[in-house]
Amino acid sequence: MSSSAEVKFKPEEIARIDYSPPSEHWTDPQIDFEAKRGNWCYSGVHKSLKYLDLPVPKTKFAPNDQDWGLPENWKEIILEGLRKRLDRFRSLKVFMDICVRCGACADKCHFFIGSGDPKNMPVMRAELLRSIYRKEYTTAGKIMGKMVGARDLTIDVLKEWYYYFYQCTECRRCSVFCPYGIDTAEITMLVRELLAEVGMSIDWIVTPVANSFRTGNHLGIQPHGVKDSLEFAADDFEEITGIKIDVPINKKGAEVLFIAPSADYFAEPHYYTLLGYFALFHEIGLDYTWSTYASEGGNFGLFHSHDMIKRLNAKTYAEAKRLGVKWILGGECGHMWRVYHQYMSTMQDEPSFLEVPKSPITGTVFDHARATKMVHLAEFTADLIRHGKIKLDPSRNDHWTPTYHDSCNPARAMGLLEEPRYILQNVCNNFVEMPENTIRENTFCCGSGAGLGTDENMEMRLRGGMPRGSAVRYVQENNDANILLCMCAIDKATLPALCDFWAPGVEVGGVHEMVGNALIMTGEPERKTDLRGQPLKGKEEVENE
Amino acid sequence: MSLWFSIFLLIVLIAIPLIGASIPGFPLLLGVIIPYAAIAIFLVGFVMRIIGWAKSPVPFRIPTTSGQEKSLDWIKYAKYDNPHTFWGVVVRMALEIFFFRSLFRNTKAELRGQKIVYGSNKYLWAAGLAFHYSFLVIFIRHFKYFVEPIPGFVSLIQFFDGFFQVGLPILYLTDALIVAALGFLLLRRLLDSRLRHLSHAADWFPLLLILGIASTGILMRYFIKIDVVSAKELGTGLLSFSPVVPIGVNPLFYIHLFLVCTLIAMFPFSKLMHLGGIFLSPTRNLANNNRAVRHVNPWNYDVKVHTYEEYEDEFRDVMKAADMPLDKE
Ligand code: HEM
Ligand code: SF4
Ligand code: SF4
Repeated sequence: MSSSAEVKFKPEEIARIDYSPPSEHWTDPQIDFEAKRGNWCYSGVHKSLKYLDLPVPKTKFAPNDQDWGLPENWKEIILEGLRKRLDRFRSLKVFMDICVRCGACADKCHFFIGSGDPKNMPVMRAELLRSIYRKEYTTAGKIMGKMVGARDLTIDVLKEWYYYFYQCTECRRCSVFCPYGIDTAEITMLVRELLAEVGMSIDWIVTPVANSFRTGNHLGIQPHGVKDSLEFAADDFEEITGIKIDVPINKKGAEVLFIAPSADYFAEPHYYTLLGYFALFHEIGLDYTWSTYASEGGNFGLFHSHDMIKRLNAKTYAEAKRLGVKWILGGECGHMWRVYHQYMSTMQDEPSFLEVPKSPITGTVFDHARATKMVHLAEFTADLIRHGKIKLDPSRNDHWTPTYHDSCNPARAMGLLEEPRYILQNVCNNFVEMPENTIRENTFCCGSGAGLGTDENMEMRLRGGMPRGSAVRYVQENNDANILLCMCAIDKATLPALCDFWAPGVEVGGVHEMVGNALIMTGEPERKTDLRGQPLKGKEEVENE
Repeated sequence: MSLWFSIFLLIVLIAIPLIGASIPGFPLLLGVIIPYAAIAIFLVGFVMRIIGWAKSPVPFRIPTTSGQEKSLDWIKYAKYDNPHTFWGVVVRMALEIFFFRSLFRNTKAELRGQKIVYGSNKYLWAAGLAFHYSFLVIFIRHFKYFVEPIPGFVSLIQFFDGFFQVGLPILYLTDALIVAALGFLLLRRLLDSRLRHLSHAADWFPLLLILGIASTGILMRYFIKIDVVSAKELGTGLLSFSPVVPIGVNPLFYIHLFLVCTLIAMFPFSKLMHLGGIFLSPTRNLANNNRAVRHVNPWNYDVKVHTYEEYEDEFRDVMKAADMPLDKE
């Protein structure tokens, strides 16, 4: 992936960005999809749509085709859908009405910074919907039209929505800066719902959703495949650390159900984080289990619709109940945590069968999770370190100079900022921060979240990733940073291509990978390599012997 | 285009009372009927808008978190940028409403070669605050035209506003500030090509209208003296529901009044409703305590799920072959 990106694009070309808007009035929705290849995603395949009982277009289409196979009554469906959502979501109604177009959000979006396309300014993205809202619901819009930013709903408008609402990663950075908190991510979510009602959705969302629905994880790996992967990883772990571990799967009566994004056991560099989990759970003797039915933390439904969030999320509590665990622990993932933190307790019935999470090692009661009964692994590990319950040798990470990328959702839909930093300060000696406008609540998206981490839109991904890439480059040049850590499966999947492009030489890893490296395990032989099998600092010669 | 349209509209709105002031019967219309109508439209419109918003529920608790959340006891959390309690939310909202907290964060991203650098950018925040507070102070100062005796706090504000004692009549600070701030906001929209691109009549017009109101007010106070006593008679008369129509007041006064009525009447139907909306914004007015306190969605409905039984039914054979535990053999 990364190499093909390099062949096709060059940083100096991508970085030649013209921020001056065109002279045409923005209400013209025409998009030349053919010319804009590299900026949009393929539409959802019918098999996945059907499996999920979703509306299927009349024809198979790619966005650069003329005919998108819309149903006859597409206009009715959209307008009725919009009306329904205005009645259901106060957020939408208020956001449609109160934007003053002050422009504070404009240069806060990574897609605008990286592309200069004025419709990637969050305010303009929202105007794409607002213009229809005005025409349909306001008197001024009906009479004065374009003068007050109102326009008719046409098929071209729908295509324009498809183009731009799949150029928003729902990262909420704009919302932090908006004086009214207008959250373009919320608008994007609702427009995507509308589009899906007339059969317009992208494949890198509906197929992972269909897979997750059926098999529990987004790659569609069947239960025995999950088991194989985990056991293979356990063997690998033994080879690296010399310690044999157990991997409990679908174990009834365990104390804790552990849910991580499935990429942790299927993809690199996620895999090393998985080894980190193994090390930690084994060392503290946690009575836990993996689940194959709920083998995906990352809820791709979030990128599709509120219904779909709920359809996938239902598995978490159902599985916790079936297995009879006491509480749930969640691994390193971004959008997974948006759902667990902001949606789960509202969408599902109260999990009265669970207990308020309590660390069996330190006795800490996680009171802030008393309703959902679900704790983030970073919270759990930070608590262990704070109580001195694990022995750490941070010098085992001395070959790394890590920096930390806050993922959008934990940062701006949760506020999980200190825990990972506390952990990193305890497991590494060389941790450095990127510039303050690019971290914590100001963090920049990887540019590939919310279902956009696919190949056909690589140009837009590289553009959207430019602010993050630029910040990584900064610490690479000034502090010799050589690894970008994160707690998000999408980040781990997409940042490597970005780093290769914007800051070549910087690797990508996870926080618990660093924990696994530093963790001194009972009875372990001398550790010569890290979890990647790379020699530790001062142990390089061992390799050559 | 939409700017020219807005300017044209403003000129028409100025011309109506300018010409009308000398037509018999018009002062009654401009001084009594239109002001009452405008206030009525405002009150009804405002309430309807708020009810309209409030009718839609808040299905999910989705605050935008702008700081550390409340989690472990020993980790200091951002009480106001990421509130966990009701009072935290109250402070967060107060900071937004009185100090434009979020706008204060504003930065400016610039491309230098292949790098992006961020500079602090507080001009909009400063001009925005200057405009709103000047507007508020001027609004309060106007009470003196509606009630007799003048309430103490109005005199006090007036005293501080004229604190520097320059000019005769004494220059009010807010008069200068509001014009400067409006000028900045207008120029900003005009000169920044992105803002010009995205502004439409609904953005230009309120700025121009308020600038028109402020300028006519300033003209009356400092340059073309009008009969203040008659104006006050009208004001007190309106408020006590026994209106008197003053005769022979300078048309400038009618222009000022007519523009104010336009502002009042259009308020509920324009972006100026951000005054009400800011209180209802679900990303700001909710506590980030989702994992501790369950938020209830009134329209929560059941969706089709894939149960474990269905899952095991489909995969029972492979699970059995892989020696995995099964619920049903
Ligand atoms: C609770 C009360 C209010 C709050 C918290 C508030 C807040 C804000 C903020 C944060 C902005 C964006 C920044 C700026 O352009 O200054 C703004 C814009 C604006 N406000 Fe208010 N406002 C309030 C009431 C009002 C009222 C009563 C009016 C006028 C009658 C008004 C007129 C405007 C206008 C015209 C703009 C747009 C400025 C532009 O186009 O650049 N606001 N307001
Ligand atoms: S910051 Fe908010 S009010 Fe200002 S233009 Fe953006 S969305 Fe509109
Ligand atoms: S949510 Fe993120 S990607 Fe979407 S408009 Fe806002 S800043 Fe851009």
